[in-house]
Amino acid sequence: MTITTDARAVRDRSTGPAIEAEHLVKRFGDMTAVDDVSFSVPQGTVLGLLGPNGAGKTTTVRMMTTLSRPTSGSARVAGHDVVRDPELVRRSMGLTGQAATVDELLTGRENLRMMGSLYGLPGGEVRRLSSELLERFSLTDAGNKVVKDYSGGMRRRLDLAVSLIATPPVLFLDEPTTGLDPRSRVELWDVLRGLVRDGTTLLLTTQYLEEADQLADRIIVINHGRIIAQGTPLELKDQSGKAAIVLTVSHADQLEPARALLAAHVPEVHVDVAARQLTAPADGLSDMTRVATVFERSEIVLDDLGLQRPSLDDVFLSLTGHRAEPPSGDGAESSTEPSTQIEEQR
Amino acid sequence: MTDSAVKDATRVAHVEPHDFQPPGFVRQVTTMVWRSLKHIKRQPEMLTDVTIQPVMFVLLFAFVFGGSIVIPGFNYREWLMPGIMAQTMAFSAFIVAIGLNMDLGKGIIDRFRSLPISRGSVLVGRSIYSIIHSSIGIFVMSLTGLAIGWRIHNGVGKALLAFALLLLFGFAMIWVGILVGSSMRSPEAVNGLMFTTIFPITFLANTFAPTVGMAGWLRTIAEWNPISSLVQAMRELWGNGPEALPGAALPLHHPVLTTVIWSVAITAVVAPLAVRAFIRRTTD
Repeated sequence: MTITTDARAVRDRSTGPAIEAEHLVKRFGDMTAVDDVSFSVPQGTVLGLLGPNGAGKTTTVRMMTTLSRPTSGSARVAGHDVVRDPELVRRSMGLTGQAATVDELLTGRENLRMMGSLYGLPGGEVRRLSSELLERFSLTDAGNKVVKDYSGGMRRRLDLAVSLIATPPVLFLDEPTTGLDPRSRVELWDVLRGLVRDGTTLLLTTQYLEEADQLADRIIVINHGRIIAQGTPLELKDQSGKAAIVLTVSHADQLEPARALLAAHVPEVHVDVAARQLTAPADGLSDMTRVATVFERSEIVLDDLGLQRPSLDDVFLSLTGHRAEPPSGDGAESSTEPSTQIEEQR
Repeated sequence: MTDSAVKDATRVAHVEPHDFQPPGFVRQVTTMVWRSLKHIKRQPEMLTDVTIQPVMFVLLFAFVFGGSIVIPGFNYREWLMPGIMAQTMAFSAFIVAIGLNMDLGKGIIDRFRSLPISRGSVLVGRSIYSIIHSSIGIFVMSLTGLAIGWRIHNGVGKALLAFALLLLFGFAMIWVGILVGSSMRSPEAVNGLMFTTIFPITFLANTFAPTVGMAGWLRTIAEWNPISSLVQAMRELWGNGPEALPGAALPLHHPVLTTVIWSVAITAVVAPLAVRAFIRRTTD
């Protein structure tokens, strides 16, 4: 199969949105995995697709990246229709899937070489780009090692590097940080921010509000295949309730004085006697700083003081009236909840 | 301001893809074959099925059964070699099926499908690789055979024709492998199916023992087995065995022709099913 279209055709429609979905529907038999999903991502911005396992995030990405044919509706990537012009779409985008999409028996460099060659890049160009990408993703030392021996974080970074070998203007990342430790996650976020700074348009799916918060310009919350909310990270968090100050006193007998002190500065206080914990709604860091100062000047000894932000669970609770369903079947991912997020909630 | 200048102005801030043409089919396929060859380099034990195993078979059959099976006018060890080579080539189906199935079960197939390349390059690459894989086995076995007294007696032309028939049959078996590899859900399932089909089929033939001694109905099945035609053809072309007895089934009297017919027929029937199974497996 030869593709005769001039390479410029790939880039000529560079003024419209980088990614567009219109009434996308995907049914598998009786099951509707994606139900009337529409969105538009302007060039150089980041859309976060947020939702629990089985919400339809991956299916949406698969339709956008020509891996799965929509049952109805249409989608365009870099101006090219995913059904009518899949070849042009494939030349305009990079994809990093949820499962590792690198070859475990090749070295990092060989993986890059294979993909560069499959994109039709000249050999010299592939070598130059490979070295550059390995450097950028801190994989230079591991470049000649077999991927099987990589850590989860290294594998993810290589996966991303491989997606970038042909410098695609649009990038799809399906749960890019699932299974990563907090440090690797933050490192990957930095890399992604750099890509966006250079003009790449990004669509990423995630189960973590924090991740969408960190990276996305706009967030779409999806559940049971439907869009249940969308907006900027700030708008979403407002919908799901405010942040809260949570403090824990060292001694139970100080709980009441602490409550009285706190109540003088905030409109309402919840008391959890068993946990020696007080919770109060807050607008943000300034509120917490204020409370911290007040308690520092008092005699009351605190074990802990922190700002608890709404989690994905809270967003869900406020949007749907019930908690996000626990992942069924392959529940492996639930255990990979980032520990930073857990710590932040405590 | 011209139209293109407007476009250029709006484009400045955006990442541009390289001005490249997607690779031609040949480059796609050679890249896929390169990948598979690298796999051998990393896991040389992948070759045991075409090295240690057939050599072991040669030695076992030659020395364990060699004493009790008599081929009038011929040496059993020489008579045995075409049989084991045909069996090894039939296992090409196995190699393709396992390799393809493992790729299909991993994220890498999605990666390949997201690239501007033909899906067929995965198949053709796997097929060419399996021929290389099996040929390594044929080479190793030839050396083993030569060491224990196997010789080709009828000249270069016929010798090459026999090797060509072997490759042609391997080509047909590849389609069987693609069908099985695309249809089964796991490499274990592929293993199970292949061991309970291809393995006995390669024995239910003239590969290791003459069909003369088999019960009537069994003998008929064995002599119509495509592998028997191939083995008979190789034996005659290499001068390793006698022509078919008058009582043998029709295919064995025209072994070269029937091997070609069988190979073409298997390909004609299985290839469309295999391609359909592969497309179905890689479409959702």
